[in-house]
Amino acid sequence: MGSDAATLELLPGAEKLPDFRGESTWVVSKELIPEQMAALKAKGYTYLVDLAGVDNQGVDPRFEVVYEVCDLRRKKHIRIKTKVAEGDSVPTVSHIWKTADWHEREAWDMVGIRFSGHPDLRRILMWDGYPHHPLRKDFPLAGLTTEMPDIAFTAKAPLEGGPFVTSSAPYAQDREPRAHPSEERTL
Amino acid sequence: MSTATIEMGDALARTAEHDEVGEKLVLNIGPSHPSTHGVLRLVLELDGEVITKVDTDIGYLHRGDEKIAENMTWNQFVPYTDRLDYMAPLANNVAYACAVEKLMGMELPPRARVTRVICCELARISAHLLGLGAFAMDVGAMTMFLYTFTEREKIYNLIELLTGARFTTSFTRVGGQTRDLPPGFLEGVSEFCAQFPARLDEFANMLNRNRIFVDRTKDLGIIPADIALDFGLTGPNLRGSGNDYDVRRAFPYLDYESYDFEVPVGSTGDCYDRFAVRMEEMRQSVLILRQAIAKMPGGAWQVHDSKNVLPSKDKVLTKMEELIHQFLVVTQGPDAPVGEIYFGAENPKGELGFYLNSHGGGVPHRLKIRAPSFANLSILNHLLPGHTVSDVPAILGSFDFVMGECDR
Repeated sequence: MGSDAATLELLPGAEKLPDFRGESTWVVSKELIPEQMAALKAKGYTYLVDLAGVDNQGVDPRFEVVYEVCDLRRKKHIRIKTKVAEGDSVPTVSHIWKTADWHEREAWDMVGIRFSGHPDLRRILMWDGYPHHPLRKDFPLAGLTTEMPDIAFTAKAPLEGGPFVTSSAPYAQDREPRAHPSEERTL
Repeated sequence: MSTATIEMGDALARTAEHDEVGEKLVLNIGPSHPSTHGVLRLVLELDGEVITKVDTDIGYLHRGDEKIAENMTWNQFVPYTDRLDYMAPLANNVAYACAVEKLMGMELPPRARVTRVICCELARISAHLLGLGAFAMDVGAMTMFLYTFTEREKIYNLIELLTGARFTTSFTRVGGQTRDLPPGFLEGVSEFCAQFPARLDEFANMLNRNRIFVDRTKDLGIIPADIALDFGLTGPNLRGSGNDYDVRRAFPYLDYESYDFEVPVGSTGDCYDRFAVRMEEMRQSVLILRQAIAKMPGGAWQVHDSKNVLPSKDKVLTKMEELIHQFLVVTQGPDAPVGEIYFGAENPKGELGFYLNSHGGGVPHRLKIRAPSFANLSILNHLLPGHTVSDVPAILGSFDFVMGECDR
């Protein structure tokens, strides 16, 4: 990766993580994100491939925002990460790449990361007013009941009998009642 | 009623100063409407027949695939990838398996790579045929849909021969496929390749200079190349605008650099260009298929890594060691290292990417799907204003999106 030196110069204050599978990753503090991203775009990284929110529950700060950016002319791909604590917000990059608009809305909807300066930070996949962020690690797979009126489906998802679901119930009959309809519990 | 009248022809020329003339009408299209190809909902603000503002509402097909992925092993997620872009499940399977293999650091044997190229290109032709048929039907050419479905049927028969399923294929596993190519499959693909270009010519004859089709698609929904890239458009929608980004070329995987094919690009970025790019891509896919069949190597069809790759069934049934490995891989999943990768593949709709964040073990810590239709649709709020309501089905049809992967 010959242009690493150029990238280094590009990202002062960025910490480079060890390369993994030929991909380079940089950690940038969230205050520097708009400035760094604008500089990256000016350097030819014109394509924001993806933006993902990651919940590392138990780690401080709790969340990560992962940006994948591409330079299509020189065929280079790098990853920029920034860390953000719960309740804090990351400056938006939606004015730099328009595609970030929806990606940031999704990160807010799914993981609950706020993006300051975003023009329209509404939920995108879940419905308006939904109180939870489903991709947080403390959100159970079965879902949570909500008290919302006018929503047809607010109860927990019926997961019993699902082939891949591991619940904490001690007996198989409790975990998968339909699989063993017998009345008596046997060990 | 004391409203001023305006001539029909003036509707397009109206500006904000005419606002006092008519009042704005809010029109709701979808989520269940023939032209929205699934469950896309558009809220249009109209001034007469001209769209002044758009709110694109997605999420009606959200099933929480990324959450589900965090609760199962790597191989168990393969059937869920069928349901992303359900017009090309084979290509999704391949993209996902390649992503996990990149994370695991596996090198596929040549036969598996060529097999997967065949899967991808068959899926591309099948998906483009549906996109083409549905697009033509949206703008009034009903017959086209029946023609393309006849061809898709042949591909479905081949896919059934290959995977045992016609629609939800779940063909790949980490480190290989569920099985080797069945006898007669390559011959079947050759036969398909032999007759398909002639059918494609028929489709082209029917649409390329069809007055109604051209009138409804030319110079409509124009996206300049830089705007397209800014909104993260990929696939035929980006290339229709003249940007030649194709993941198979820019970041080759599965030895795509060793195949001889062209990447067609459009010039104006209108609906017609997006259609033309798809037509040409099908021809190029046929060329790739022929090359793949010609060079199909023998040998292993999956990675040899007994702790992480499922052993072949006959060995599981007869050998103790393989039975233990099978049990390990199925119950605990392939043992991925700690790390994070992004892998993008050129799918029929655009760049399907997987960001995998692994904390080690058989289950992902975070799996983010970069869905091409999600990014492609994000431009609608910007693109539709200024067009008329009757342009909406044509523009949506030319985008060829799938809500399954948009909403995940």
